[in-house]
Amino acid sequence: MIISIASGKGGTGKTTVATNLAVSLGKGVQLLDCDVEEPNAHLFIKPVFEKTEVVSAAVPEVDEDKCNLCGKCGEICQFKAIVVIGNTVLPFPELCHSCGGCMAVCPEKAIREGDRVLGVTEAGLRGNLEFAHGRLRVGEAMSPPLIRRVRSLARSDGVTIIDAPPGTSCPVIASIKDADFVLLVTEPTPFGLHDLKLAVGAVRILGIPCGLVINRSDMGDDRVREYSKEADLPILMEIPFDRRIAEAYSRGQMIVDVMPEWKEKFLQLYERILELVK
Amino acid sequence: MKEIVIISGKGGTGKTSLVAAFASLAEKKVLCDADVDAADLHLIMNPNVKERHDFQSGHDAIINAEKCTQCGLCRELCRWNAVREDFTIDPIDCEGCGVCVYFCPEKAIDFPVKTCGEWYISETRFGPMVHARLGIAEENSGKLVTQVRQEAKKLADANGIGLILTDGAPGVGCPVIASLGGANAVLIVTEPTVSGRHDMERVAQLADFFRVPVMVCVNKADLNIEAASDIRRFSEEKSYTFLGTIPFDPVFTKAMVAAQTIFEYDNHTEAAEAVRRVWDGLKAKLEL
Repeated sequence: MIISIASGKGGTGKTTVATNLAVSLGKGVQLLDCDVEEPNAHLFIKPVFEKTEVVSAAVPEVDEDKCNLCGKCGEICQFKAIVVIGNTVLPFPELCHSCGGCMAVCPEKAIREGDRVLGVTEAGLRGNLEFAHGRLRVGEAMSPPLIRRVRSLARSDGVTIIDAPPGTSCPVIASIKDADFVLLVTEPTPFGLHDLKLAVGAVRILGIPCGLVINRSDMGDDRVREYSKEADLPILMEIPFDRRIAEAYSRGQMIVDVMPEWKEKFLQLYERILELVK
Repeated sequence: MKEIVIISGKGGTGKTSLVAAFASLAEKKVLCDADVDAADLHLIMNPNVKERHDFQSGHDAIINAEKCTQCGLCRELCRWNAVREDFTIDPIDCEGCGVCVYFCPEKAIDFPVKTCGEWYISETRFGPMVHARLGIAEENSGKLVTQVRQEAKKLADANGIGLILTDGAPGVGCPVIASLGGANAVLIVTEPTVSGRHDMERVAQLADFFRVPVMVCVNKADLNIEAASDIRRFSEEKSYTFLGTIPFDPVFTKAMVAAQTIFEYDNHTEAAEAVRRVWDGLKAKLEL
């Protein structure tokens, strides 16, 4: 079963919920941090990494001896990633979406697949918890292919928890698509509510069941709760603001590290998710 | 004209609240919300929309069932597995690369331009504002960021305004990269946490990569004073301009709930004083 943790707004507590849930469940659980632009879960999980893989995107490399400058590659490319100007063909690998169109269309078979490094995946263990994440190369714009690679590490049995990036555009979709459940983490503020509505929209386009965790639940107003009723979005857990939690977080500690009584609450959260997935 | 882009790496450090607070302090400016994916600045600015424009970018591939012979070539060529069993195309998976359109022997695939959001020019109580809304689950956020920044520049030029305050997106990917090119400086708003620090280093590295001068301030600094000092030391080592710290203060949330800037809500809080100092430092550094 795949549970993706998303939010719309950043900084609402996705990583806090993902890491505490994963550690509370323990054995047979895998945590994948798909916020490859700014991966943070490892700062709390502190895994021993055992495996690193460089992930690349296929980009065109032109054999100029074979190229007859017909310009078909530039014609098919929707991303302006390859153009023929005068008597040269110029690939712009950083714009390439790896669709393979230029290679398929080239009548001279003059284009082969080169690599643009997107980043790395790293995988390891914390006790019996399996952990993996991706780190986008700084300067690289396209995260979805790296996110898909991290997701390809998901095991076919047991529980996989995915920590998704903030927002509602393509990196988020790549992180929640085909999940069995999406757990949305918000804060009860106008920004939290506004972005939550966008996130619910995205989850519902994909047709995935979802539920809500309200973090810092006593700071803000009641509009998130009102919305959750209107939108038929079950509130599965509330975490009140507690300076001890915030300070522990600042040092890289989890809630269950400093307040072990919370483990039971995260296990209950999991039970409630199971009921909703059925 | 100068453009300051406020970014953070990590989400939720207080970028938008700070941009709103700066809007209270800066005399003449254009406000620009470049966090098009989850735009929130309008919730405080309450903009009066003057112009509304469609944002068109990319294409959707759509198979015309009447012409399709189900030969399967599109499915073979599609690297996104977007062609379903019944020879329809999953719009979420479709990358808009057009390879299927080009090769379809029956010319059975349409390729209309996609409308994936809207952008607006508005008037607010703090002056003009350019903002946008990217459609849910849409792509091309970087292009929309580029568009709103260009419109903000045009607006500033046309009205003789010398400053653009741009609210950026979290992360280091496509929308953030699109918000950096040509900016006069970035202000990284971070927090004294392991993740705040980690993410700030990555986004600072990105700004270095694009040769945009970096300024740093630490929000919620009293949650971990030691970590806040570490960030200051790190900034100084890297020759970034350290603009100071802002205490953790519920006034930010209260002001947000009231749809006000922290100065409108209460002009005399400790946080208000701290933000004023950060703003004065920024003004001095950029000779505003």
